[in-house]
Amino acid sequence: MKASAAGLSKRIPWMLVLFLIAALIPVIGSRYYTFLATDIIIFAMFATSLNLLIGYTGLVSFGHAAYFGVGAYVCAIFMKDLGVPFLAAWLLGGVGGALFAAVFGFFCVRLTSVYFSMLTMAFAQIVWAICFKWNDVTGGEQGYPNVPMPSMAWLEWIPWIGGLRIDHKFFYLTLILAALSIAAMRRIVHSPFGRMLTSIRDNAERAQFNGINVRLYQLIVFSIAGGFAGLAGGLFGIFNRGVFPDFCYWPKSAEVLIMTILGGIHSFWGPSVGAAILILLNQYIVSYTEYWPFVLGTILLVLLFGFPGGVVGAIIDLFRRLRSAARGQR
Amino acid sequence: MAELLDPFFLLGQLRSGLTTAMFLFLIASGLSLIFGVLKIINFAHGSLYMIGAYIAWNMTVILGRTSIGFLGAVVVASLSVAVLGGIVERLLLRYMYKRPELYQLLFTYALVLIFSDVCKYIWGTQPHSVSRPPLLAGSFDFYGVRFPHYDLFIIALGPLIAFGFWVFLNRTSYGRIIRAAALDREMLGALGTNVASLYTGMFVLAAFLAGLSGALVTPIKSVVPGMDVEIIIEAFIVVVIGGLGSLWGTLLGSLIYGLTLAFGILIFPRFSIFAAFVIMAVVLIVRPWGLLGRPMK
Repeated sequence: MKASAAGLSKRIPWMLVLFLIAALIPVIGSRYYTFLATDIIIFAMFATSLNLLIGYTGLVSFGHAAYFGVGAYVCAIFMKDLGVPFLAAWLLGGVGGALFAAVFGFFCVRLTSVYFSMLTMAFAQIVWAICFKWNDVTGGEQGYPNVPMPSMAWLEWIPWIGGLRIDHKFFYLTLILAALSIAAMRRIVHSPFGRMLTSIRDNAERAQFNGINVRLYQLIVFSIAGGFAGLAGGLFGIFNRGVFPDFCYWPKSAEVLIMTILGGIHSFWGPSVGAAILILLNQYIVSYTEYWPFVLGTILLVLLFGFPGGVVGAIIDLFRRLRSAARGQR
Repeated sequence: MAELLDPFFLLGQLRSGLTTAMFLFLIASGLSLIFGVLKIINFAHGSLYMIGAYIAWNMTVILGRTSIGFLGAVVVASLSVAVLGGIVERLLLRYMYKRPELYQLLFTYALVLIFSDVCKYIWGTQPHSVSRPPLLAGSFDFYGVRFPHYDLFIIALGPLIAFGFWVFLNRTSYGRIIRAAALDREMLGALGTNVASLYTGMFVLAAFLAGLSGALVTPIKSVVPGMDVEIIIEAFIVVVIGGLGSLWGTLLGSLIYGLTLAFGILIFPRFSIFAAFVIMAVVLIVRPWGLLGRPMK
């Protein structure tokens, strides 16, 4: 009975179910919910890309926002200044994030533990300083406003979607692109390459003895994560209707790190759950009090002392305990 | 570019660079101390500095704008921040020592968030400023270059604190224990030292330094929300360049940072923050443990 239930839960294509539920949001909810859902989807993608490093490879990057920002600037600049169509500009944003990550990562993966985190942060701050000061290209401190919406004329021929307002259309575009990206990341972590990453995380020395080129693997996953962060950034720049140096600043790196930890680094969906919780909580609390940082800090303390495995980790733990309790009774 | 050849202009830049450097040294020495012994990167060090600044401002309002009033404000601010540090260490931080670095970082970041809002709640968001204590309010001119007495006081205080630290760490029995704790905590505990209270003591000392520098900065910079995050980034660059855990490294890092900022503006006007991060990155690439630091096991 139990085995069949577990088998059934495995046979349900959860990603597809989630995708379909998400696709219903504009139908059921108001514009405001669509707006929130777009935000959550983009950050879920961003946090999942960070978890490729933290959860799967054991690399704590404290400068992941740099690649998010690079992707956002590249995508926006190509679309607005160079008139490149959205899809090409978006992919170029991802390539930009991956390239920056490859160059910076080359130096970062040579360092271990806390020094790795510090160097990723230093590089991110360099990117931030460039974006902040390079007025001619990035708009400097003022940011890069009025990023155009992608032309979504091709959506017109879909009967129902064609008649939607622009932000609902953008939601569907985001949902499709983010779902593809997250599915790609899931393929990566379940591939032999992904297994190598976890073996590096668990014991880098042993992996080295087994003939794995640890640094090369770390560099590759660092670039991949940078690329997906860049893709998320490209979407966010359009969603936000502007790109700002803050996208690369270290509190942004801390924010995505908090989402990742809050959800739980030991499961693939943890960071997405964390992104959803943090964004919803922020919306809810900001309407009551201006002291959101205080609330966030308190949540972090509770998390660190009470639920180090994150929300998803705590839920899994609870289920495990319930199951073993049920078994104990029999 | 003509000013680059003007020795008096350069002297003025040197004065401002040295003042920045010595201030940073005061703050960064606590950060470095905590890392050296407790092995924690304390983001909340900047918050303790900000709290010190707010308390000092509040106390000068109460005690009046006299030299004694300023001194009183500095003493009260540093001591209260030291007590606050002790409370934080006893109640929370000590449970973090055995956790992975990621959690330690997030823990101190949580404190940053909480303290910044507590300060906003208590002292509001408008900027406050403190006038220089009358005793140090003057300045003298050297061929047209102005040297405020207060800046000179800070420039003198930095090396004094560094020397005091050196004596404390190298010539006293407490210092010997602290150096031992930095090397091998467990062995020290096995030899009968109460390591837990030693750690509390170190954190109190670092918090005291943070509060002291926060109080001393009030006549130069206005007390505003956000000063915590601004200073912690600078202090962090300084200790990474000099070597986390190394006192002389921190002094060297402060000098490099302060002088780069003061002279970098002349050569490289738009990218001086950029230059500081580049130096930090280069040091991390070439010598991750910093110019004068020791590689960590």
